Amino acid sequence: MADVKPRIKLDKKDVAQGGVIEVKTLVSHTMESGQRKDKDGKTIPRKILNTFICDLNGKTIFSADLESAVSANPYFQFKLKPEESGTLTFTWIDDDGSKIQATEQIKVS
Amino acid sequence: MISPLNRRQALALGTGAVLATTLSLRAAPALAAKNSTDEAIKAFTGGKEPVKGKVKLELPEIAENGNTVPMTVGVDAPMTKESFVEEVMIVADGNPNPGVIRFHFTPSSVPEANTRIRLAETQNVIAVARMNDGSVFSDVKQVKVTIGGCGG
Repeated sequence: MADVKPRIKLDKKDVAQGGVIEVKTLVSHTMESGQRKDKDGKTIPRKILNTFICDLNGKTIFSADLESAVSANPYFQFKLKPEESGTLTFTWIDDDGSKIQATEQIKVS
Repeated sequence: MISPLNRRQALALGTGAVLATTLSLRAAPALAAKNSTDEAIKAFTGGKEPVKGKVKLELPEIAENGNTVPMTVGVDAPMTKESFVEEVMIVADGNPNPGVIRFHFTPSSVPEANTRIRLAETQNVIAVARMNDGSVFSDVKQVKVTIGGCGG
């Protein structure tokens, strides 16, 4: 999964104190629900991204626990009210323990 | 006098039995889903009954494709260190598993998020929000699904 490159879009990277940044993220993943059966009638085991975390300088400011009812290629749109400049880290954790990660720099003035 | 079953009686009995089994099979999963949804909500709220309001769940009334239904949830809260939304749980009472997603918020985020979810059939989607003081709020939306999102 390491070769997956998530797409992240911030509406602005430079905000005043108290300002809001809108974040949109999209990552490719089948999100196999564990409900489907293959052509032999065997259940395809569940394999989804079960956690999404957004950190600012190592401190989690937004996160989500995903279940199999989240669509394939999970998309999120959320808003942050950062208190300081720094690095936003976005992490997706797979059922198999592997991680997909990306970072963005933001400035709060 | 004991007469053996004639053909007509045997047929009637057979149909009745088949009908009964189909009916009980159909009724069971629906009931189970509803129950575990209520349990999931109870576990999340700590047994409290959520108050309607504050939470706003936006979903289409009719979803043509249950595989990807856009969903937005927002909570009316000041998001200060003293009063903020801790967690929002989304459950669907007609899916094989009730849980859909949980969002964790902090005073550094706005209590609003959008994602795309799977819905197996026409059903109610429920959003429950828990504030940092433990109070709980909820909203319900029914979505009519034309093509289910569970695959085959």
